[in-house]
Amino acid sequence: MKEFFAMDGYALFLWPSYLITFVAIIANVIIARRAHATARAEALRRLDLESSETRV
Amino acid sequence: MTATTPAGSWQAARIVLQREWLLAMRRPAQVLQPLAFFAVVTAMFPLGYTPELAKLRAIAPGVLWVGALLASLLALEHLFREDATDGTLEQYVLSGQSLTWLLLAKTIAHWLLTGLPLTLMAPWLGVALGVPLSAATGVMAALALGTWTLSLLGSIGAGLTLGVRRGGVLLSLLTLPLAVPVLVFGARATELAIVGDSPTGALYLLGSLAVLGLTLAPLAAAAAVRIGLE
Amino acid sequence: MGTNWAWFHRFGSPPHVYRLAGLLTPWFAWPAALSILAALYGGLVLAPPDYQQGEGFRIIYVHAPSAWLSVMIYAVMATAAGIGLIWRMKVAHAAAASCAGIGAWFTVVSLVTGMLWGKPMWGTYWVWDPRLTAQLVLLFLYLGYIGLRSGIDDLGRADRASAVLALVGVVNIPIIRYSVEWWNSIHQAPSVMKMEKPSMPMEMLVPLLLMFLGFTLYFAAVMLVRLRAEILRRERNASWIREALR
Repeated sequence: MKEFFAMDGYALFLWPSYLITFVAIIANVIIARRAHATARAEALRRLDLESSETRV
Repeated sequence: MTATTPAGSWQAARIVLQREWLLAMRRPAQVLQPLAFFAVVTAMFPLGYTPELAKLRAIAPGVLWVGALLASLLALEHLFREDATDGTLEQYVLSGQSLTWLLLAKTIAHWLLTGLPLTLMAPWLGVALGVPLSAATGVMAALALGTWTLSLLGSIGAGLTLGVRRGGVLLSLLTLPLAVPVLVFGARATELAIVGDSPTGALYLLGSLAVLGLTLAPLAAAAAVRIGLE
Repeated sequence: MGTNWAWFHRFGSPPHVYRLAGLLTPWFAWPAALSILAALYGGLVLAPPDYQQGEGFRIIYVHAPSAWLSVMIYAVMATAAGIGLIWRMKVAHAAAASCAGIGAWFTVVSLVTGMLWGKPMWGTYWVWDPRLTAQLVLLFLYLGYIGLRSGIDDLGRADRASAVLALVGVVNIPIIRYSVEWWNSIHQAPSVMKMEKPSMPMEMLVPLLLMFLGFTLYFAAVMLVRLRAEILRRERNASWIREALR
């Protein structure tokens, strides 16, 4: 198991590479979902604003 | 009116050119500043590196080209900005003349006022970097073609960044990556000229970029300006 | 005219695309996850070490797919932008906007993993080899696109201006690639990290292909989520939104 992580001495380069890729993958999922949630909230807010305006 | 007849188009282009010339003569500082910048930047390199001409000659192609690039970018900020502010650009769009053609005329004027002087200055600045005057024709040929393509490329970015706050920095960020081929071929041609070899191959490549730019860039610039003026 | 273009124009309908994107996302997301996990196992555990590069070659399993994504995403972005510009489709512009951030991220990943691959191979973190240099220029192209978008306040104008930029960029990319390779060959810089794909044994190749597939599916899934957000941002007309969001 230790040998697996040591990767014959390349560990210092290999695992950070995989780590940054993993970070990018997760980050983009989070960013996308947040963007969608924000856009939904904004759209609903705009809807409520418009409907309350027309209620005059 | 002189709508889209060929004679009318030439007349319109000439009017644009004349206007650019007149405006430049009224504000000579604006025309001279990029040239002064080119000189100053070139002078910085020996000071920042070494006074040894042999070593400077080795980096001269890069220094001259980066300097010319940056100086061109400075000048590009003014290509459309003032005309956009005072409404002239809108008049061009509404005029019934081909906007592509009018913008090309502006770009030609811009090159005559910036790229051409930079090209003529380069051999002398090169002397300061240890470049022999025998290389002057090669250096100038490369820079003439390169600055021409740069003016064309830059017109696209200038159109796109109309109305963007601090558009000058963005303009540089947009234009420089697109200018990489020009830089690569141009610096190589200059390098060959300095060493005394024939730069023809690289000049042909530069030339093909210039032609490609001439055909496509004005169209993109016109589209960009139309969008920018909305 | 016999051809029915209705299917194409339905893609111009924001509510239709919004719903479709929502339905499709899990169908991309789960296969993506499976593919990537399988590829990870295959690449890290099953594949034998390389003859020359030992265990170090395994970086290819994250570097190559990232580089592929960075270029492919730009192409998708430019295509969507072009469609938006020519057919005046807001949805297409929304699609282009959805691509930019993801593309930029993976360009950075390909650069970083490229550097981490290069250090044990060539001894330095950075080498001006054609592939890395081209990736660097691509990153600048992405940043320029994103910068232009953020610099223009009006969303419609930002869409159209950045569309022109994306199209100019995509035309330039082959030229830039060629010039960088030309530049590199003249100055005989150290050679590229060569992993000849055809000569790779199956145990090495299959995980790599799975990774490519997984990354592509992943991009589709994430892009669809962002697309939904971008569509909502561009919709003024309220009626379908109320239905779709409640």
